[in-house]
Amino acid sequence: MGGRLGFIGQRLVKAVFVILGIIVLNFLLIRLAPGDPALVLAGEAGAADPKFLADLRREFGLDQPVWRQLLIYMQGILSFDLGFSYRQKQPILDLIMARLPQTVLLTGTALTFAIVVGVSLGAMAARHVGSWWDSAITTLALLVYAMPQFWLGLMLVLLFSVQLGWLPTFGMNTINSGFTGLDHALDVGRHLILPSLTLGLFFMAVYARLTRASMLEVADLDFVRTGRAKGLSEGRIQRRYILRNALLPVVTYAGLQAGYLVGGSILIETVFAWPGIGRLAFEAVLVRDYNLLLGIFIVASVLVIAFNLLTDILYTVVDPRIEMGT
Amino acid sequence: MASRRQVLSSAAGLLAGAAIGMPRMARAQQKRGGVLTAILNPEPPLLVLGLNQQAPTQLVAGKIYQGLLRYDFDLKPLPSLAKSWTVSPDGLTYTFTLQEGVKWHDGAPFTADDVVFSCTKFLPEVHPRARASFDRCESITAPDKGTVVFKLKEVFEPFLYAFLPAGAPMMPKHIYDGTDFRANPKNATPIGTGPFKFKEWVRGSHITLVRNDEYWKPGRPFLDGVTYRVIPDAAARALAIETGQVDLAQGNDVEAFDVQRLAALPHVELHKKGYETVAPISWIEINHRTAPFSDKRFRQAMMHAIDRDFIVKNIFFGLGRPASGPINTATRFHDAKSVKRYPYDTKKAEALLNEMGLKPGAGGVRARIKMMVLPYGEVWVRQAEYVKQALRRVGIDVTLESNDAGGWVKRIGDWDYETSFDFVSQFMDPAMGVARTYISSNIRRGVPFTNTMGYVNKRVDELFEQAPKQTDPAKAQAMYSELQAILTEDVPVVWLTELEFPVLINKKFRNVNIDANGPNSEFDEAYLA
Repeated sequence: MGGRLGFIGQRLVKAVFVILGIIVLNFLLIRLAPGDPALVLAGEAGAADPKFLADLRREFGLDQPVWRQLLIYMQGILSFDLGFSYRQKQPILDLIMARLPQTVLLTGTALTFAIVVGVSLGAMAARHVGSWWDSAITTLALLVYAMPQFWLGLMLVLLFSVQLGWLPTFGMNTINSGFTGLDHALDVGRHLILPSLTLGLFFMAVYARLTRASMLEVADLDFVRTGRAKGLSEGRIQRRYILRNALLPVVTYAGLQAGYLVGGSILIETVFAWPGIGRLAFEAVLVRDYNLLLGIFIVASVLVIAFNLLTDILYTVVDPRIEMGT
Repeated sequence: MASRRQVLSSAAGLLAGAAIGMPRMARAQQKRGGVLTAILNPEPPLLVLGLNQQAPTQLVAGKIYQGLLRYDFDLKPLPSLAKSWTVSPDGLTYTFTLQEGVKWHDGAPFTADDVVFSCTKFLPEVHPRARASFDRCESITAPDKGTVVFKLKEVFEPFLYAFLPAGAPMMPKHIYDGTDFRANPKNATPIGTGPFKFKEWVRGSHITLVRNDEYWKPGRPFLDGVTYRVIPDAAARALAIETGQVDLAQGNDVEAFDVQRLAALPHVELHKKGYETVAPISWIEINHRTAPFSDKRFRQAMMHAIDRDFIVKNIFFGLGRPASGPINTATRFHDAKSVKRYPYDTKKAEALLNEMGLKPGAGGVRARIKMMVLPYGEVWVRQAEYVKQALRRVGIDVTLESNDAGGWVKRIGDWDYETSFDFVSQFMDPAMGVARTYISSNIRRGVPFTNTMGYVNKRVDELFEQAPKQTDPAKAQAMYSELQAILTEDVPVVWLTELEFPVLINKKFRNVNIDANGPNSEFDEAYLA
């Protein structure tokens, strides 16, 4: 147990340095992009004069040397202040926290769907390898995997929204509906179906193929043969012997995906006008909202590091042979 | 000094007052109720019109804030917060009489003090265009609560065009006076005098405006509210109109190739008017500082080599008009007769290039140039691809350069380009939006939408200086006609199209698009049929 705590402690210390590195690197990288927030605002307004640009740069602190801007920013971070958005005139943390839950809802739903359906389909294909089922599942997985997401999304919209009129094409809820409680949840659910399906289908394909391949590999191992020789039922062999041992790569992949969970999907959030963090980041890049972008990077990196740590701990649960080295 | 006729009198304005946005439908059909849902893209940074005049800000904030005047499709000034106005015979004093009983959304009365505060303190501090307008004033005073007097330092005939809601929105003195305007915490909950009040902004999703029950125009507005939905994807926006999930699309919301298809739907109506206040012209901006661009024959050759009709028909799908010169046909003082024409003629283009000594080399190439593509949507990429092909036909080899918006503005402002696509708004009068890109006093490195080409012509400077000082419209017209002749001879930029933006409206809503400010307007006459 002491090993586990020491391991976690060491990882946390490393994480602090990683995050510091991320801040400094991104701070400098963003400023390499041509143009600054004042110019973008002037460009969008279609009018500017030197006073306008100078006032905005002074307001944003961009008239200071870069090292000084970095110093001021780091001071803010140390007091847990991510600063203000140049453009939206709001505290960065408020902006991020307003969007993060939506993204987690979307990606969380999509990944849950992908893992549950993907692993089930993969297991089914592996169990009946070479059969009609196997061919159907692997073909479907390949097809979905190869399809561009935006196209798949549009096709789903055309079918379910335009042709059948069952589901809304964009947004997260019906505005001015006055829905509360369960009605509100159902309304969000209806809006969630198409974007999470579009996002989830792609990952479902990955999990299905991963599970199938991994299970087939495990199925040839000695302990499986031993299990069969002991006269265990085929269902038990598949679930307890093969699937459980085949899950390691799936857990690894899901752990990596967790970063995605908080980073959001710019594409899906754009196509379905889902008010998530991916779009917020994308728009921040376009308008050179330095503080907002850095804030998103920091929050995302903290969460990704946390998820990776969690994955490492999960390994020991899935496979007790793995120990945490310090 | 010769006697001058009074240019604009109040009587017309007074009478027109009753007729602003006068419904074309029978009045009996107008009724209270209904919420209009419109597309918003991209999301505006904030909704305080005095602080930000970007297109999406204008759309939403145009319902919240108002100017002293509004303008009909032919740019005739109409009353808004000003009930009437007079201009002194010497053209130096503008006196506005304000509407009575106007209240800010928080209940405070709107008075002449607010106008004086807006035009002397707030706007000159934060609004580049308003700063230019009100710098012309010797004094702005309020002799009583209902009257404002602007005294100009010298005659500026287009002064009445400075009062568009986005050009000079009226800002509440009681909220802003003595504060840091940009940092005022009330910026999050905008307070105006308009027919709709701010209710809610869920970033990334929607903005809700609700009816202002205390609106100063009796019985208005008809609608209970206006909701703006943020929809970042063009295909999703088209679908939203098609399925009736939203009622209004405007500006660049719908890709040009989708407009006619949507307009043909039984529930959708297409308007091409509503952008006369901006009336932008798109052009190829040329950096005159190096050869061959410094030679006007090269620029003239480019004018001849590009088929502007083709662009309008095939790239904008019939939206807009081929541009013939610097002043848009929708802008004041346009003179079709004075412009030098450059019909599509590759032979003439080649002759001009030959005359310059630019003979075809290997592969028929006479010159290699770089051209920046506009980073504002698909249609600009298509236009760039067409122009590349068209110029290649006369031996000009174009390398297209892509930037995102930040990079593009930076390079244009810093003169770090050879040629670039661009479009610039004209704001109703040449003195407002045209002069700035051609006069040599406005060559300012680092500032976009100035004379970034580096074009210098003393006579052009002189005419742009003198024309707005004429109180006699005929004299001003003569000067602007001369200007159009000179500029179309010099070709400082290669004009392409007078842009028109489609306004797609669900037919169940009426009187939505009724003046030159189109979808940016108040919507106080709009109703659900």
